[in-house]
Amino acid sequence: MTQAVATNQTILVVGGGISGMTAALEAAECGKQVVLVEKLPTLGGRTALLYRYFPKLCHPVCGLEINLRRLRGNRNVRVITMAEVTAIGGSRGDYTATVKSSPRYVNENCTACGDCARAVESEIPNPYNYNLNKTKAAYLPHAMAFPQRYVIDPSIIGTPDAERAKAACKFGAVDLGMKEETLQIKAGAVIWATGWQPYDAAKIQPYGYGRFPNVITSVEFERLADPHGPTGGKILRPSDGKEAKNIAFIQCAGSRDENHLRHCSRICCMASLKQTQYVREAYGDEGRSTIYYIDIRAIDRFEDFYQKVQKDPTVKFVKSKVARIAEDRATRDPILHGVDTEGYHRYENSHDLVVLAIGMAPSVKGADIPAEIIADSSGFIEAGANGGIFGAGCATNALDVNRSVQSATASVLRAVQVVNKVARAEA
Amino acid sequence: MGDMNIQAIEQYRSDFLKEVEERVEEGHWVKMCMQCGVCSGSCPFGPHWAHPPQEIFMMIRAGKREEVLSSDSMWMCTSCYNCVVRCPRQLPITQIMHGLATYAHRLGLAPRNQPTRDFSILFWENCTKTGRVNELKLTLGVYFREGLMAGIKKAWNMRNIGFGLLLTKRLNPFELFKGHACKDQKGIHAMLKKAQEIEARRHKLPA
Ligand SMILES: Cc1cc2nc3c(=O)[nH]c(=O)nc-3n(C[C@H](O)[C@H](O)[C@H](O)COP(=O)(O)OP(=O)(O)OC[C@H]3O[C@@H](n4cnc5c(N)ncnc54)[C@H](O)[C@@H]3O)c2cc1C
Ligand code: SF4
Ligand code: SF4
Repeated sequence: MTQAVATNQTILVVGGGISGMTAALEAAECGKQVVLVEKLPTLGGRTALLYRYFPKLCHPVCGLEINLRRLRGNRNVRVITMAEVTAIGGSRGDYTATVKSSPRYVNENCTACGDCARAVESEIPNPYNYNLNKTKAAYLPHAMAFPQRYVIDPSIIGTPDAERAKAACKFGAVDLGMKEETLQIKAGAVIWATGWQPYDAAKIQPYGYGRFPNVITSVEFERLADPHGPTGGKILRPSDGKEAKNIAFIQCAGSRDENHLRHCSRICCMASLKQTQYVREAYGDEGRSTIYYIDIRAIDRFEDFYQKVQKDPTVKFVKSKVARIAEDRATRDPILHGVDTEGYHRYENSHDLVVLAIGMAPSVKGADIPAEIIADSSGFIEAGANGGIFGAGCATNALDVNRSVQSATASVLRAVQVVNKVARAEA
Repeated sequence: MGDMNIQAIEQYRSDFLKEVEERVEEGHWVKMCMQCGVCSGSCPFGPHWAHPPQEIFMMIRAGKREEVLSSDSMWMCTSCYNCVVRCPRQLPITQIMHGLATYAHRLGLAPRNQPTRDFSILFWENCTKTGRVNELKLTLGVYFREGLMAGIKKAWNMRNIGFGLLLTKRLNPFELFKGHACKDQKGIHAMLKKAQEIEARRHKLPA
């Protein structure tokens, strides 16, 4: 990774999740110059925060590790973390992007030894565990972080804590004088891969997220099951730390709903089916998973995964969208109320923990992208308006990792054609 | 009334969904239901009616005309709008319930002695006669709905409230004989007739 000078033959990739990394690597491996801009201090995006991947239930480490190795071995990609694209001017084959980067307060001398974190006293909510626990205000985002470099949270700048971090670092890597910077980057084509974010569960008022501690979201559940997560991989209830063995999964939480997200988020059925296997892994035959659903959409070739889970005696399926959740005041058990569609039976079921299969919304909505693009009614990118800006991954739709990567490859094919045209014109 | 039912059966044959779409207020929404069950689970009257909204919509699609129209379920709706605000498809469920009830009533299929229906009829006849609601007559009408003895008993039970209303001049016993009316009764009747014509046209009801 040497410094590549950006020209109008450069491809700018915005967002460093699995889609953005794939796009950057494939373009670079075709010999193109790439600038990859990521908002957070690390690449990896939301896949790095999953415990296991469907369909094979492997850990995300392996997939990410391969990409990071490719990235380290490639001289054509320049990665800029903690940066956002605030404007894109120009036209196809000749764009200029304004990139604003925030200070990390740690330079490239960092060896990730962690001395600064040990020295610092303040703690901040840990965004890489969806704020379920805390981390020191000098931290490495997670074990797979790329670059492997610590970050100092701006909240301690100007306090003795920051000075402690600086004093602790033996390599002179803590630089408290870093400032926000603005760069202009030229590019012939832009790939927009800013991914998705979980829908705000508190807006689904009848489900009581935020009011009832034992109602959590599926992304939080991934962290609970993960050994690197806030509970060290134990599935414990937020209210009392007891083991949650009888778990309800509520599908379409926010999705397929005119009051929330209009679209089907497509992966959450598979995510819940997968998560029932976390319960089995943790508690064996003692675990109880109940999936409340409208219809199960195990997209195309995942039908066999669904059938496998259906055969699992610890997993029960109730065809019904839960109407509302109440709470037992004494035990804090969530109580699910609804009517099932197979017979119209009214139920009132108590569980240890409720997992909302939360919908996926674009992390940057179409209207907020600083370029002219055409978006669908949910804010996912359909196309660029002037032919040189392409969406990739979950910025274009609710996709699983496999399809995100396919979509990234497709966007690279288009972007490469644009910069090839520029190259021919200039030759 | 019976004729209208026979006419409808002949016109729509076995396509009850189409009949509902054309003739019932907001009926065109029925096909948008995705059978999620949120409405049924949200209804405060839930356990007390035979078929919750979700099931009614499925029955319409399944062509269960007799069962739907003679059911007392739609008459149980209290218009709390809980289902409407929660329905992920934004179906105007409450309105459809009242639409179905009205349609069943028109065809003469609505259940006899259903209290909501009886009250609705009493209320409608009471207020359209003079253009004003005569509360005393309406109340007595409700009390004596189930016969003389039952009426006397109810009136007796409510006597203290009645006297209270009398003392505070909230109840005028002379209303029982003449009652107040709106100035242009003819105008009101003409307006209601016109509205009925417009409605009949919109819902393709036979004139
Ligand atoms: C509960 C749950 C479980 C799942 N489990 C699986 C599974 O088992 N298997 C599977 O295949 N898929 C799974 N998925 C789907 C998977 O998470 C997505 O397919 C994947 O994250 C898509 O990657 P992406 O790169 O498109 O987006 P993201 O992972 O969201 O990455 C986007 C990146 O862009 C960055 N970014 C955002 N805004 C900006 C900006 N303005 N400027 C610069 N950078 C920005 C973000 O910080 C992030 O790094 C699951 C999803 C959920 C909700
Ligand atoms: S994938 Fe399943 S849970 Fe997710 S929105 Fe679609 S149907 Fe609902
Ligand atoms: S809530 Fe709406 S979509 Fe769901 S069953 Fe009721 S009417 Fe149908």
